[in-house]
Amino acid sequence: MNNNGAGSSSGSGDASPARRNSKRPKYSRFTQQELPACKPILTPQWVISVFTLVGIIFVPIGVAALLASNDVVEIIDRYDAVCVPQNMTNDKVGYIQNDAIDKTCTRRIKVPKDMNQPIYVYYQLDNFYQNHRRYVKSRNDGQLRDRSKENDTSGCDPEKTTSNGVPIVPCGLIAWSLFNDTYNFTRGNKALTVNTTDISWKSDRDHKFGDDVFPKNFQNGNLTGGKKLDPNKPLSQQEDLIVWMRTAALPTFRKLYGRIEVDLKENDTITVTLKNYYNTYSFSGKKKLVLSTTSWLGGKNNFLGIAYLTVGGLCFFLATTFTVVYLVKPRKLGDPSYLSWNRNTGGH
Amino acid sequence: MAGGKRRKNLLRKFYSFSCCKASFQEEHSQIGGPGFSRIVFANDPDCFEATNLYYPSNYVSTTKYTLATFIPKALFEQFRRVANIYFLVTSCLSFTPLAPYTAFSAILPLIIVIGVTMTKEAIEDFRRYRQDYEMNNRKIKVHVHQRDGTFEYTEWKNLRVGDVVKVEKDNFFPADLILLSSSYEDAICYVDTMNLDGETNLKLKQSLEVTSDLHNDSSFQHFEALIKCEDPNAHLYTFVGTLEYQSRQYPLSPQQLLLRDSKLRNTDYIYGVVIFTGHDTKVMQNATKPPSKRSKIERKMDKIIYLLLSALVLISLIGSIFFAITTSNDIKDGKIRRWYLRPDDTSIYFDPKEDAIAAMFHLLTAMMLYGYFIPISLYVSIEMVKVLQVIFINQDREMYYEESDKPAHARTSNLNEELGQVDTILSDKTGTLTCNSMEFIKCSIAGTAYGQRVSQVEKTMTRRKGSSFIYVSDNAHQDYPVQGKPAIKGFNFEDDRIMNGNWLNEPRSDVIQKFFQLLAICHTVIPEVDAESRKISYEAESPDEAAFVIAAREIGFEFYKRTQTSISLHELDPVSRKTVESSYTLLNILEFSSSRKRMSVIVKNKEGELLLLSKGADSVMFERLAENGREFEDKTREHTNNYADDGLRILILAYRKLDEAEYETFNRKFTEAKNSVSADREEKMDEAAEMIERELILLGATAVEDKLQDGVPECIDKLAEAGIKIWVLTGDKMETAINIGFACSLLRQGMKQILITLEAQEIKQLEKKGDKESIAKASRESVIRQIEGNLQRNSSSEETFALIIDGKSLNYALEDNVKSMFLQLAVNCASVICCRSSPKQKALVTRLVKNSTRKVTLAIGDGANDVGMIQEADIGIGISGVEGMQAAMSSDIAIAQFRFLERLLLVHGHWCYRRISLMICYFFYKNITFGVTLFVYEAYASFSGTPAYNDWFMSLYNVFFTSLPVIALGVFDQDVSARLCLKYPLLYQEGVQNVLFSWTQIIGWMVNGICSAITIFFFCTIVLQHQAFRKGGEVVDREILGATLYTCIVWVVNCQMALSVSYFTLFQHIFIWGGIALWYIFLLAYGAMTPKVSATAFMVFIEELANTPSYWIVTLFVVISTLIPYFTFTAVRVRFFPMYHERIQWIRFDDRVAESEYSGEVRQRSERLIMAGVSARLEAKVSQIRSRVHHAVQTL
Repeated sequence: MNNNGAGSSSGSGDASPARRNSKRPKYSRFTQQELPACKPILTPQWVISVFTLVGIIFVPIGVAALLASNDVVEIIDRYDAVCVPQNMTNDKVGYIQNDAIDKTCTRRIKVPKDMNQPIYVYYQLDNFYQNHRRYVKSRNDGQLRDRSKENDTSGCDPEKTTSNGVPIVPCGLIAWSLFNDTYNFTRGNKALTVNTTDISWKSDRDHKFGDDVFPKNFQNGNLTGGKKLDPNKPLSQQEDLIVWMRTAALPTFRKLYGRIEVDLKENDTITVTLKNYYNTYSFSGKKKLVLSTTSWLGGKNNFLGIAYLTVGGLCFFLATTFTVVYLVKPRKLGDPSYLSWNRNTGGH
Repeated sequence: MAGGKRRKNLLRKFYSFSCCKASFQEEHSQIGGPGFSRIVFANDPDCFEATNLYYPSNYVSTTKYTLATFIPKALFEQFRRVANIYFLVTSCLSFTPLAPYTAFSAILPLIIVIGVTMTKEAIEDFRRYRQDYEMNNRKIKVHVHQRDGTFEYTEWKNLRVGDVVKVEKDNFFPADLILLSSSYEDAICYVDTMNLDGETNLKLKQSLEVTSDLHNDSSFQHFEALIKCEDPNAHLYTFVGTLEYQSRQYPLSPQQLLLRDSKLRNTDYIYGVVIFTGHDTKVMQNATKPPSKRSKIERKMDKIIYLLLSALVLISLIGSIFFAITTSNDIKDGKIRRWYLRPDDTSIYFDPKEDAIAAMFHLLTAMMLYGYFIPISLYVSIEMVKVLQVIFINQDREMYYEESDKPAHARTSNLNEELGQVDTILSDKTGTLTCNSMEFIKCSIAGTAYGQRVSQVEKTMTRRKGSSFIYVSDNAHQDYPVQGKPAIKGFNFEDDRIMNGNWLNEPRSDVIQKFFQLLAICHTVIPEVDAESRKISYEAESPDEAAFVIAAREIGFEFYKRTQTSISLHELDPVSRKTVESSYTLLNILEFSSSRKRMSVIVKNKEGELLLLSKGADSVMFERLAENGREFEDKTREHTNNYADDGLRILILAYRKLDEAEYETFNRKFTEAKNSVSADREEKMDEAAEMIERELILLGATAVEDKLQDGVPECIDKLAEAGIKIWVLTGDKMETAINIGFACSLLRQGMKQILITLEAQEIKQLEKKGDKESIAKASRESVIRQIEGNLQRNSSSEETFALIIDGKSLNYALEDNVKSMFLQLAVNCASVICCRSSPKQKALVTRLVKNSTRKVTLAIGDGANDVGMIQEADIGIGISGVEGMQAAMSSDIAIAQFRFLERLLLVHGHWCYRRISLMICYFFYKNITFGVTLFVYEAYASFSGTPAYNDWFMSLYNVFFTSLPVIALGVFDQDVSARLCLKYPLLYQEGVQNVLFSWTQIIGWMVNGICSAITIFFFCTIVLQHQAFRKGGEVVDREILGATLYTCIVWVVNCQMALSVSYFTLFQHIFIWGGIALWYIFLLAYGAMTPKVSATAFMVFIEELANTPSYWIVTLFVVISTLIPYFTFTAVRVRFFPMYHERIQWIRFDDRVAESEYSGEVRQRSERLIMAGVSARLEAKVSQIRSRVHHAVQTL
């Protein structure tokens, strides 16, 4: 129909019924895109106050973190090289693999500062890829948790069964390579007891390692990996295993060995009698013994404190810079050259 | 049934077809042969032969899927995307031991993503199904064969071929029907084919004479006929068939065919036989899918995905090389090194002896692991966002057109962001820029000009000539609606000298009387008398015809009745000064055609005089005047020239008295020609008409205004300010086109007009000789010469140019070797107008611009002739206006008015562009951040392929914790409000120049992602290295480091989003902070499940993280310090090097200094560059005067 034809169907007379079911969109703030909103813009006030605020928050945290870290007393003693007898230094692997050689080694540690109990004893391994995919996967959680699944060794390649086909409990590479150096501490001539309980996560003991699952056929293969487990102790009590089974994230890691629950005084000399069983020589890894106290933030690491202070300081610096710049150059009005992109295309 | 119904005038009986007696033509011999094998047993669909034919039912389904095919088909659609295939392959591989994560966690996100997309498809398809359902269940009256002579309602879908149906007034035809009879005696009916071809005029159909007496229901009791016809095909205008009725054969033509989806009008009812049902109907055979176009951004996004895929392969390769080295070192010189991995007893994947193969396998693993570089939820998120954006476009009340009750309608959601990047608009003129509603505005009768109203063009011209320095475009908007909507549509005439009967007092009242009589008689308009109000309205083929009849009515010559042989008027008798009824016997109509450019009628008036009344274009009419009929020629010519200047359409009116003998000779010849069936029938008729249309006596001329649509000049002005180039492609004459160009400010004084035409003398002479080859050669040379000449002038000049080219020249300009030159000239011009261009040329020009400039083109049009251009352009906009729906149906987005383009592009386009590009950038940013941490961690795990995180953390990263904020960004973000978008149109250039999705921008975001990842990873690992991380002396293990890293990433990525959002609605808050909260909730819930499910995440939050100060302190530190560089960078840029939208944000922010220096400068800068539009016109004027003043001052 043309406009003029107030014809049979369309025309002025029809106007009112047409309104009734008009297609005019209904108003809503959503469809009209008029939702209430705040439209933040980085004004000088905002920028300066954000930087100042960050600075104000960061500097105290940094100081606190640094103080906490400084409170921590940490003794690190690397022993993998020194514990090899002089004549074997050229064949460390041969030394460690030779069961006939006595692996006892004695280290003397001097306490640099007073250490309040509990003093945590860690062993630290270097260049040990506990996060290797093959290694990480080589375990069977069901078997560790549940006695009825003892025979389930799927995923445990290549430490599934002994050579005669009996399933190993706990199976897999992780358990098989359990760290087996041992430490004995004496101060003067009094032995310092190391408490090795409660060094693992409670959830692990309660939910991941069964209290009725006992080690079976463990380390009975032709190749012995690491520590042998006491077959009469349920897995949930084998805390060194539980700690070890929590694989480390990075190739350099510490694991909790135990706690010394006695205060140590400055200049105390502690004698460590250790059995250097664990083979890190094959892959040129270091072994360290670490004694450390903790603060509310954990062990000794200055990085966090310094980083907080640096960033906090940087923020103060930026805040002042911005203040100065804003004052010196109030607002740069339209820089004529900036819109040049317009010229090029618009100009044709 | 009887008299009352036949009150209606039987129209157009006199038209050519009714003279064409039904006759068998050549093509009817094909019936029964291949392609013409259809047999329809009319009124007997149940008979044995009919049931053997297995025609499809009338059930129509336009759905993409059925219940059975949905799953496979929709899945196939999904996996046509490279990214999805990649994810499918990795999911399959994740069942092998190669996988770094569990298979289920890898599949779930894919399932979610595919599931959401498929749900969307299903919903869309269901909508289509519901539409089909509605249509299939419409009711129609069908003759019940068993119970004689009764018609009962049944659903459309139950119709069978052969059914006799009764369709009532204003109802759609349910299938393709053969018309048997109608409420009219002569079995004609009027059909509205708007849905089929978009034509608005009614079409007349007539049944065969043999069936025309089946007037009532009962007459079908014993009706039986056999129809043989062609097979289903898509040709709307052809049909061949025969009707066997009472053992005689009658030929059927398209004249008897009623097509599905057209509507019965002006006819009370018709009877018809169903011949094509369902998908056999012509309209269904014609159904085409909406065009599928992809936006430039999406194509670029694909490139980025390929880039990322190759980056992924590259880093996987690097990883594999390192892996191969470390693995082969595991056994060196027969010595086992990393004994705890048992390299001596290993699988192929880690075998040091087969390190090459192991590395190959590792490559696959790595590619699975680094799959997080590619955002799996990108496509589905974008699709969801686009659907919402389309809702915004469809629901925008500012783009709703009250008068036609039409909101904007985006038919595809693919092109939203492309709307923000349009560089060139190619616009149709009629119906797009102009209303296609004609208004009688002036006339020249007997050498006197009448009509005091001012045309729009005149107005703009006076405004242009005027030296006012006021900012016109603001004013224009206000006074626009005031400037006169005529009280009567089509009539915008005011002159007291001839209105209200005053014409009787004019000196040449006899001519005036003849003039308006001619207007009231010489036409093909059908009057409609409203039964109640007795008001007369008219149905005309073209709006200008209606305007003439209305004008005649308003002056006092009311045309109210038309029969086959007569036309009746109420007219003022000049002697008695009373209104009398007068009737004119209609003898012949010599119809209008584009070649004849005139139409005439031959009537006999009361006095028995034979009159030939004729109206036509000035070019054909003046030469047909008789010597004694040229009395007013000079004056009329002068007036018509003025009218043409004002952009008006002109028709010349003339008449002639005939004597009987002359008429008889003519009539014999004409009737003979009309009844002939030969191919040159038209020619013969023209010849006959030519013979009698001469020796005319001039009465005067009419001027009709082709009204510009509301707001067109303002809209064009805004678009020009936004730096969008506007080309007008029109079928009009050059003069009209130039006029309209002036009216809508595409042209202005002081612009150098480059005219390229082939109207030169020598070409015309050649044309007379008729040697086609030499014409072509000369034409081509001439066009090339003109283009070359102008190109030189153009490039060396500072002036603004406008190019106007006509259709003939365009033909040559579009030839392969010329087109690049032509394009170069055209893009150097501020405005381009192509006149006299055919639909095909329109499409070709569009293609040329699109392909050669590689910029986004938008074509806008309203008619069937614009379809080619609309489909060719990057974005096709259809005006859903008067000329039907054809353009709108083939367009990507349909709007009701040209002026809505302003809002569609500057507001919606800009927003959509900004949203989508930011969204994509951000998607890549967040996935790179995540992916790079995975890669860096690999370096610390001897590239063995261990993921740093729990499997489920990884797989839910894209789906839960980070995707909702991006969607909120894509839906809600606004850099500046709609008002400011329109106020600072230059902002649009951000899209045209693609500044937000340039490679620098994309790479910038990627680098930002890499930096974030590295900061997060190293800060976390250095802080949480090997020492105890809490009071209890516990050390960090894989799960704790993973959870901490992941927490930092979720925080950083979400806060980064908060920093880059410029429009914070409640949704943003919910999604951003909710995303972070969701992570903690998930960590809690997931950690609380049995260790069998949660594996490494078992109680990790409750037991290990929540009560550990260092975890929180690390998070705070890492999040803040990762974001500080970006924050600083943005603070500096926003303040000192703001992008255009940021400048506007500043203006909005500094409300008190609004409109101050700064805002002025931002605005001004935008205006300086504009080449067309009202403001540019003013700007040019001002600078001209300034320079003159400057000059004057200097000379002083």
